[in-house]
Amino acid sequence: MKCGIVVFPGSNCDHDCYHILKNILKQDTHWLWHKDSIDLSSFDLVVLPGGFSYGDYLRAGAISRFSPIMNSVIPFAEKGGKVLGICNGFQILLESGLLPGALMQNHTRKFICKNVYVRVESTNTPFTQECQDKSVLDIPIAHHQGSYYIDHHSLIDMEEKGQILFRYCDSKGNITDSSNPNGSVGSVAGVCNEQKNVMGMMPHPERCSDPLWPNIDGQSIFNSLIAQG
Amino acid sequence: MQNEPEITAQLVKDHGLTGEEYRRILDLIGRKPNFTELGIFSVMWSEHCSYKSSRPFLKKLPTEGPRVLQGPGENAGVVDIGDGLAVVFKIESHNHPSFIEPHQGAATGVGGIMRDVFTMGARPIALMDSLRFGELDDPRTRFLLNGVVDGISNYGNCTGVPTVGGEVYFDSCYNGNILVNAFCLGLAKSDSIFLAKAGGVGNLILYVGSKTGRDGIHGASLLASSEFDDTTEDKRPTVQVGDPFTEKLLIEACLEIMEFDWVVGVQDMGAAGLTSSSFEMAHRSQAGVRMDLSKVPLREEGMTPYEILLSESQERMLFVIEPGNEEEAIAILEKWGLDAAIIGEVIEEPGVHIEFEGKEVVNLPTFPVVDGALDLKRETQRPEYLDKVGQLNLTELPEPARGDKAFTKLLACPNIASKEWVYEQYDHMVRLNTLVLPGSDAAVLRIKDTDKAVAISVDCNSRFCYLDPYEGAAIAVAESCRNLSCSGATPIGLTNCLNFGNPEKPEIMWQFEQAVQGIGDTCLYFDIPVVSGNVSLYNETKGEAIFPTPTVAVVGLIEDQTKVMTQGFKKSGHCIGLIGFTMEELGGSEYLKVLFDKNEGKPPVLDRKHEKQVQEFCRELIQKGLIQSAHDCSEGGLAIAVAESCFSSPEEAMGATLNLESTIRGDALLFGESHSRIVISFPEELTDQIEDLALGYPVDFSLIGKTGGSQFTATINGEEYIKQDIGTIKEIWKTSLGRYAGQTT
Repeated sequence: MKCGIVVFPGSNCDHDCYHILKNILKQDTHWLWHKDSIDLSSFDLVVLPGGFSYGDYLRAGAISRFSPIMNSVIPFAEKGGKVLGICNGFQILLESGLLPGALMQNHTRKFICKNVYVRVESTNTPFTQECQDKSVLDIPIAHHQGSYYIDHHSLIDMEEKGQILFRYCDSKGNITDSSNPNGSVGSVAGVCNEQKNVMGMMPHPERCSDPLWPNIDGQSIFNSLIAQG
Repeated sequence: MQNEPEITAQLVKDHGLTGEEYRRILDLIGRKPNFTELGIFSVMWSEHCSYKSSRPFLKKLPTEGPRVLQGPGENAGVVDIGDGLAVVFKIESHNHPSFIEPHQGAATGVGGIMRDVFTMGARPIALMDSLRFGELDDPRTRFLLNGVVDGISNYGNCTGVPTVGGEVYFDSCYNGNILVNAFCLGLAKSDSIFLAKAGGVGNLILYVGSKTGRDGIHGASLLASSEFDDTTEDKRPTVQVGDPFTEKLLIEACLEIMEFDWVVGVQDMGAAGLTSSSFEMAHRSQAGVRMDLSKVPLREEGMTPYEILLSESQERMLFVIEPGNEEEAIAILEKWGLDAAIIGEVIEEPGVHIEFEGKEVVNLPTFPVVDGALDLKRETQRPEYLDKVGQLNLTELPEPARGDKAFTKLLACPNIASKEWVYEQYDHMVRLNTLVLPGSDAAVLRIKDTDKAVAISVDCNSRFCYLDPYEGAAIAVAESCRNLSCSGATPIGLTNCLNFGNPEKPEIMWQFEQAVQGIGDTCLYFDIPVVSGNVSLYNETKGEAIFPTPTVAVVGLIEDQTKVMTQGFKKSGHCIGLIGFTMEELGGSEYLKVLFDKNEGKPPVLDRKHEKQVQEFCRELIQKGLIQSAHDCSEGGLAIAVAESCFSSPEEAMGATLNLESTIRGDALLFGESHSRIVISFPEELTDQIEDLALGYPVDFSLIGKTGGSQFTATINGEEYIKQDIGTIKEIWKTSLGRYAGQTT
């Protein structure tokens, strides 16, 4: 699989995504510089990594969406290319209009970095096809603006279309208020577009994919993508 | 240009210089300084920059060793770890700014220490902080705690450098003067370490990073080098404002530029900004420097040379490069969206010559500015309070029949309770190196592309230092090393941040001298070089000094990253063992403070030889794969150490049963803080092997109980002393600090 990882000024999970895709999962992985507008058609996957692009000034993702590289990423996505946005990457995908909804400040008004559990809500996508339906992944979050919001009707619409991919849950897969770390509507942790080729998630699968640690739950997401080639 | 003020006695005083110092300036330069030059002397001769009170004492620290590539005197210390790699580290204070403006004060403290590390050519890979606040009942404590943690979180997270641990303490001695000590560790190739030098004639001086503004002027001289009083709030404008986004770009751009061999020297613009970076570089290279301030990128119009030179605007660096490479350098910096300008060159004529708008505004030799401050030869005198607090009569201390109440009180006390509320606000995982997450004895980071890992621990028990500064400082070193040993690491280097009161008082200087001696002697015994450090004096408010607080951070090396130990019990039914022995020592303990509101007595005795054997024994057990957990006994004693091993278990509710035999008081046995003790757990069948090894050292080793069950139970000589439901006490321990921090009243 040919992967491109976008480096925005202030990206800081770019190296982690690169490490997992290139060194652990042995994929053909390349850097994409934010100032370049290039033809991405030869890529199988474009990753928008986590971090604080443009310092998260104004609003997380609000400035990055105007980066030249987004002029390549948006048409790539519109033609069916697979795009994975993690954390800040998810925020950028929302600001670019590639995904519906918005991410607000955590209801705790604090940055939160810890391991949480998410339940896989749909396996009928290129990002989750290798996951077990309703399985629980142990996965870290690290964000300040991760409270997903969308109006009630749109949320139901997305649920019906299978666009809700992950929800925060407890270790047994129960969705409760106390297992929702940031106040996201419907405990939503990750969503995709209607065409199912663009996915954004707040948790960091790249932080639980290196077998040096006992937990490699994040690999199921990357392996889903690799299985498609 | 505006008219410069006349130099008067009052103006000299306002610049924090004494009459004697001013006369020394006249002697050294042979004329009256102008206003700008007076400003330069003011910052460079301040306590903060010149170490004029502390320097003679610091010479006693051992700074050499076979692994040391760079000792004190540069931006940070450098220690070789093999495989062509070196770790670069330092700890530094940002106490006064953080008290006045907690968010920005702490944030810029983090930014400053990171620049010290990447200035040397190292990529910062870990941050830690030692934070000390006043008593919980002080209304300002909660505000300061929230502000400082928020500032560190905001700055550290944005730069993509994980904050992997640290310490948080509360004591009324910090009510008027909190401590924020920031530590950074970086990784560099051992053959490409950059120093702050200017090199040969013709080399160009390249300014990199944020534009210069009016912020932070006299931060080092007036804010950091004097006591707090009623006018302290007025000094808020001297606190700098941080921009972590620019810092992140600066890290990437600087490391990219440093790949080229035309980079001669690098210095960050920290305290005293452009002044100290230019003078120190010139001085170290025994070269002359000419600079034109008109070329410095400025944030606002109308800035005077005085302001430009003394500004402490953040996120700025000074490079010296060989001529002919400026276009390539500036292209790289522009790629990262940073300001850059050639502002001067290295010249034959010695001294620093600074022009502004075509006129020479500074012409000073480097020696008087950099090294000319008087060594003050401060007097020392043993403080009288020691006679009063030194005695603790245990017979006057009522001994409770059971320990449950004391146990739960200690678990809830914020010095012992989980620091989860703090470290969950820090990104402690980014960059995928953090093998041991915060909440253990030491943080451990793998070194990518090698089999190695490094461990870091930062420590100081200032109550012990108050009762005996020499022993307290020695204990800080020993405990920090013990923390590393519990993770499996061998200590290889130390950095310290010496926080004390007003050096003009002989009693304070006595504490300082004793503490430095205590660190020095212990480092010598353990064979650990002190490679960098920072001194923070004047930590007093209205004449009330903090406890002497010599914070140490020790870095350790683990050769095999798969042999890293953690503190949590792993399995039910494992044996619990105690390395070391417990004496009847309650002096300076958390138990004494929390239960009786006393800080008296002598700190527990540190036997260095025993300590060393205990640590070596623990490391051997880890090496041989004989144990499943190791945890240091410190604040709260044995009971708290075992409870923490229960709470850190990967299993949700892991209890423990302790069956102790002893003739000493129950409270001293379970809550006393005797040193050189480590709680370990292991499968029962390995008991004989571990006991045999212990005999060989020899170290004391005893079986004290078993893991498992849903209770924490301790019996002494067959009688139940503590019995608590593990889920209940874990909840108390886990949530206590967060509940305090979040209270709105």
